[in-house]
Amino acid sequence: MSEEKQFSRRDFLKTTGVATGGIIGGSLLGGLIGFNLDGDSNNKSKDSGDNEGNGGQDEHGGHGGGGSFDVPDRGRIFFENDSDFATIEAAMERIFPETDVGPGAKELGAAYFLDGQLAGAYGFNSKEYMQGPFYEGLPTQGYQSNLNRGEYFRLGIKKLQDEAQDRFEESFSNIDEDKQDEILQDFQDDKVDFGVPKSTATSGYFFTMLRSATLEGAYCDPIYHGNRNMEGWKMKQFPGHQHSYLDVIDADEFKEIDPLPNFS
Amino acid sequence: MAKKLDKVDVLTVGAGWTGGIVAAEAAKEGLKVVSLERGKKRGTEDYQHVHDELKYAIRYELMQDISKETLTFRNEPDQRALPMRQQGSFLLGDNVGGAGTHWNGWVYRFLPYDFEIETQTKEKYGEDRLQEDDGYRFRDWGITYDELEPYFTQFEETAGVGGTVNHFEGERSKDYPNGPMVQTKMMKMFEDATNDMGYHPHFLPSANMSEAYENPDGEKLNPCQYCAFCERFACEYDAKATPEVTVLKTAQRHDNFELRTHCNVVEILTDDDDDSKVTGVKYVDTLTKEEFIQPADIVVLTSYVFNNYKLLAVSDIGEQYDPKTEKGSLGRNYCYQTFGGARGFFDEQFNVFMGAGALGMSMDDFNGDNFDHEDLDFLHGGSITITQLGSRPIVTNPVPKGTPSWGADFKEESVKQYTRSLSVAGQCASSPHKDNYLDLDSDYKDEFGVPLVRLTYNFTDMDRKRTKYLAERCGEILEKMGAKKVDVDDELGDYDIVPYQSTHNTGGTIMGDDRETSVVNNWLQHWDRDNLFVVGAGNFAHNSGYNPTGTVGALAYRCAEGVIKYSKDKKRLEK
Ligand SMILES: Cc1cc2nc3c(=O)[nH]c(=O)nc-3n(C[C@H](O)[C@H](O)[C@H](O)COP(=O)(O)OP(=O)(O)OC[C@H]3O[C@@H](n4cnc5c(N)ncnc54)[C@H](O)[C@@H]3O)c2cc1C
Ligand code: SF4
Repeated sequence: MSEEKQFSRRDFLKTTGVATGGIIGGSLLGGLIGFNLDGDSNNKSKDSGDNEGNGGQDEHGGHGGGGSFDVPDRGRIFFENDSDFATIEAAMERIFPETDVGPGAKELGAAYFLDGQLAGAYGFNSKEYMQGPFYEGLPTQGYQSNLNRGEYFRLGIKKLQDEAQDRFEESFSNIDEDKQDEILQDFQDDKVDFGVPKSTATSGYFFTMLRSATLEGAYCDPIYHGNRNMEGWKMKQFPGHQHSYLDVIDADEFKEIDPLPNFS
Repeated sequence: MAKKLDKVDVLTVGAGWTGGIVAAEAAKEGLKVVSLERGKKRGTEDYQHVHDELKYAIRYELMQDISKETLTFRNEPDQRALPMRQQGSFLLGDNVGGAGTHWNGWVYRFLPYDFEIETQTKEKYGEDRLQEDDGYRFRDWGITYDELEPYFTQFEETAGVGGTVNHFEGERSKDYPNGPMVQTKMMKMFEDATNDMGYHPHFLPSANMSEAYENPDGEKLNPCQYCAFCERFACEYDAKATPEVTVLKTAQRHDNFELRTHCNVVEILTDDDDDSKVTGVKYVDTLTKEEFIQPADIVVLTSYVFNNYKLLAVSDIGEQYDPKTEKGSLGRNYCYQTFGGARGFFDEQFNVFMGAGALGMSMDDFNGDNFDHEDLDFLHGGSITITQLGSRPIVTNPVPKGTPSWGADFKEESVKQYTRSLSVAGQCASSPHKDNYLDLDSDYKDEFGVPLVRLTYNFTDMDRKRTKYLAERCGEILEKMGAKKVDVDDELGDYDIVPYQSTHNTGGTIMGDDRETSVVNNWLQHWDRDNLFVVGAGNFAHNSGYNPTGTVGALAYRCAEGVIKYSKDKKRLEK
């Protein structure tokens, strides 16, 4: 699915009032997408700059057309609220912004990556010890929260939104970059009160998780919906999954190698 | 009611390197052997899409599931221990092959000094230098390098280790069975710089095959492809020596061997009428949750440092160490390792994304007692190494000190320096201290309701000084290599269980001459129970400035010989 089509779908839903009614059934959605697909079948749209969370070039723009259902590369399975998603996407972009060397977190799809992660084992801490009792630990004792990451991120996003509202009376995704930075810096410095016991959550730990997730989203294998088009790898000159470097391992000169994903 | 099975001759708890070695040797002798492994079967066919940093290196696909079992941790004995809720500081192994599946393959021999550190320190520097009053507890191991030498050779041959002469190591009876790996540009720069400085660089001894290799058991390994997904990953080419492509495969060629997976051992069983022996183990089938009793003539604990300790403690075998009275041997001398190094920033670009788990150069001029400690306030040292392991983009974001950790400057620098910076690192020894030990936690349990191991550990002053000293030497080497800017690591604070440091945990079930202070004798045989053997890095009385598995492998071969001897005349083994 390309951005344009998502947009037209959402706009369509808005104007008809279907979105607010919460009655979007699978068949309706499918029908609408089919309808839109017929209009423009291999559009590769450029970043619209919209705050709804649609950034960058879509590598999966092409599709079969003819009303067939294509899985949207920018679909979401964890974040159900557009404002939450816009907030996290904006925060990630400040951590890893677009610069002269290449795209930022938004264009790389880091927020979509996080969305998928939070919906799975990572979000539910499935492979981690979550038995109580829970106590506030020393910094050297690591994660001691009773929350799983999904809950932790929801709380952290709410706090980012609250801080933006309290300080600037605007949504986080709409305030200036330096204001976003100011809030994020206070998060990192553990200066924002989360309103829960420290054993449950702190702004500093939330920032640590957000930073890690951003880098993961920028540089993971594209199968996880981050590192769109392998642009993160290209920027860093990392060749991804090559089967062998046996022939070049002893070369003195630097090798520029086009990246390959794990599955291609 | 637990179902009782037919008795076997030898049983290993776990199927990693130690379990695999003991199983292969005992199976060759015709003994009926079963290896009980809590995890699943896995092998080369499962590693076809292993070049995925997120899944394997960051989400720990091949390692222990911490939701089922972990340990609790505190820095000091008077603090509240809390569960290590996520893997971090070290990565516990699981499934067939254990941590040997995703290890790097650096294979060192500990120095002769390591085995007799207490005696040699007293002789050379006087008793005071052991700093007993400050709580340090250096002990000889009850075995010498010379006694262990044949077993080192045996492990190197099994694992196809390649390298070049290390000026400082103990005398060898045989050369490395394989040649050294390829020398890359950064390795050459390190070699030239350290030679110029009067040091003694050598190739990092590697169990990634430099050439096709067939080991003495007939197992064949392929040449390494320098694919760069080695540490934390398994090898899809059978080019890295792992238990599943060597010793376990060898054991499986014998009908008298059985590898039984999904079997989590929860207790070592004893007989009320005979306190000189154990009778077998109790395990839970992790798929069906059924309980089984597996009787055995000989039980060998090969379940890594923490579970070897844990099984003895929950089965009430041996006396628990108490840091206040210093009575008891079980749990004492837990040690770890520290890393002190430096990062250099260069103008030119390096192929950091190519590499292999054990590709590098190393030097021992500041390890053990290879340098004069007369005017230094610490004992021991560490190996200094440059490696080209294959830097992966999510975790490798080097920035010069003073650069912010996020934002535009961070991004620009981390992208630029990814291919332009090199690290030289000191892997430092760890000093045993009376307040660093293992015991059981009464508040937290594993998935079977068995108490978790409680780790009480902090770095010692000696560790901090030693690490700083090594880090400064690393910085000097990088300058000599031509770095434009060098950042030397900060001083060590308190031990932190969060960032990965190394899976080089040692102690807790140490070996020795004295049954009051050690858990096993020089054959890795339990002092109280003649038919119980315990083997792994838990046997180390302190940790050296090297990776452990060369020495662990040697001890496992020593243990296997002990098991075979014991199976013949069923008598306590003498030195
Ligand atoms: C990422 C990484 C890199 C490393 N690189 C190096 C290196 O380059 N050089 C080096 O020397 N060392 C290295 N190591 C360390 C090395 O892997 C270990 O020292 C070695 O594998 C230990 O072997 P082991 O048999 O003692 O334990 P393990 O490999 O941990 O095997 C123990 C087995 O016992 C099983 N088990 C545990 N408890 C039970 C139970 N209750 N019931 C049944 N089964 C049980 C486990 O599932 C496991 O399979 C590395 C480790 C890691 C994690
Ligand atoms: S670096 Fe070599 S030994 Fe390691 S996984 Fe790749 S091919 Fe195998």
